[in-house]
Amino acid sequence: MIALIDYGAGNLTSVRKGFAAAGAELFTPGAPSELGDADGIVVPGVGNFAATAALEGDWTASIRQAIDRGVPLLGICLGLQWIFEGSDEAPDVTGLGAIAGKCSRLPQANGLKVPHVGWNSLHKPRASRLLQGVDESTQVYFTHSYAAPVTPEAAATCEHGAVFAAAVEVNHVFGVQFHPEKSSGAGIQILRNFVAATRS
Amino acid sequence: MLSKRLIACLDVRNGSVVKGINFEELRMAGDPAALAKRYNHEGIDEVVVLDVTATIEGRRAFEDTIRAVSGELFIPLTVGGGIRSEADAAAAIDAGADKVGVNSAALADPALLTRLAARYGSQAVVVAIDAKRVNDRFQVFSRSGSTPTARDAVEWAIEAESRGAGEVLLTSIDRDGTRSGFDCELTAAVSSAVSIPVIASGGAGTFDHFTSVFQEGRADAALAASVFHYAEHAVSDLKRHLLQQGIPVRC
Repeated sequence: MIALIDYGAGNLTSVRKGFAAAGAELFTPGAPSELGDADGIVVPGVGNFAATAALEGDWTASIRQAIDRGVPLLGICLGLQWIFEGSDEAPDVTGLGAIAGKCSRLPQANGLKVPHVGWNSLHKPRASRLLQGVDESTQVYFTHSYAAPVTPEAAATCEHGAVFAAAVEVNHVFGVQFHPEKSSGAGIQILRNFVAATRS
Repeated sequence: MLSKRLIACLDVRNGSVVKGINFEELRMAGDPAALAKRYNHEGIDEVVVLDVTATIEGRRAFEDTIRAVSGELFIPLTVGGGIRSEADAAAAIDAGADKVGVNSAALADPALLTRLAARYGSQAVVVAIDAKRVNDRFQVFSRSGSTPTARDAVEWAIEAESRGAGEVLLTSIDRDGTRSGFDCELTAAVSSAVSIPVIASGGAGTFDHFTSVFQEGRADAALAASVFHYAEHAVSDLKRHLLQQGIPVRC
């Protein structure tokens, strides 16, 4: 079973529904110790990076142990940002740190609006397990104001005022800044790819 | 490049889709879940379900309708109409809404926007503003356009953003249901004043009306009902038209 971490950052109904369409049921662990049996872990999240403070300590330690055992992780939106070391949005809060770097606010350049809300296209600089079957320039649904930097771990980039990491992948740690559960067929394909990773 | 969004609105009364003309005289147009499925298939970017009579008759948006519609969609779904409290918002979100549209209740209690944003994030909070031209300004009306308020649409949009709203759904009461074009002046005035996205609504009749509201009106998204309800392939034909005009859309 795949664990969906509910740390109080937003509504999880759509994420559950998206995974159901991708052929997987999710369970919501009540305590970090319940991650022992998880085949995969999903860290969702919307809103302010400060909300991830609820993951500091035991949750982060248990998630790190699971990753060390080879359990795949998928961070969605704020969950992708949390995979990095931190964010300017809440400098006192520490992320997972699986990827070096810090998230920062998108620049409000050329009359572009921030938050970045809507459908924007993915650029895929390299092959990716998570994005298998998702074509170059596919559009997916974003809603965020802060974004992660482009590092070698980026599996997809997107541009809105600046180029940022739209998807990351390092071994079995995956993250997407967009919402696959709201990104129509391509989004469900991505969830299916993650589900496949948890079963391999 | 960020695409301009096309949003289909389902005005729902007693479980069926209706379309109002100047907010009155409602006509039947079909089953909400069936329409949502068709739009999803045609490539609509988002769906809004409004319980058009909820506030007036004191009813909550029908959760069964929301559940049925959200079951057909893997694109964002906004629910509005009768969202008066955090409990109403919670019921809509639990039934499958990604965002809630708040109108009259936010006018009566602007702090509701802040409370909803704290609980669900700003991206889930849409302030719905119904505005009408009165003496050279855009006056805000509440309760499905029936009650004038002392507020100006531009000022209210700015305040709503500062209180936590993540998007503005801006309806021109003058244009709603007339198919005579969006109010581009109203839309541009609000869109230029806020940094959150503005969804233009009211008046869509031709494909060129969409071109105008994205260019002159500086809208981030455009919402329509009857333009999509009564014509097959309207969504894909409209997107092709907008692309030819150089307007970025998802296809």
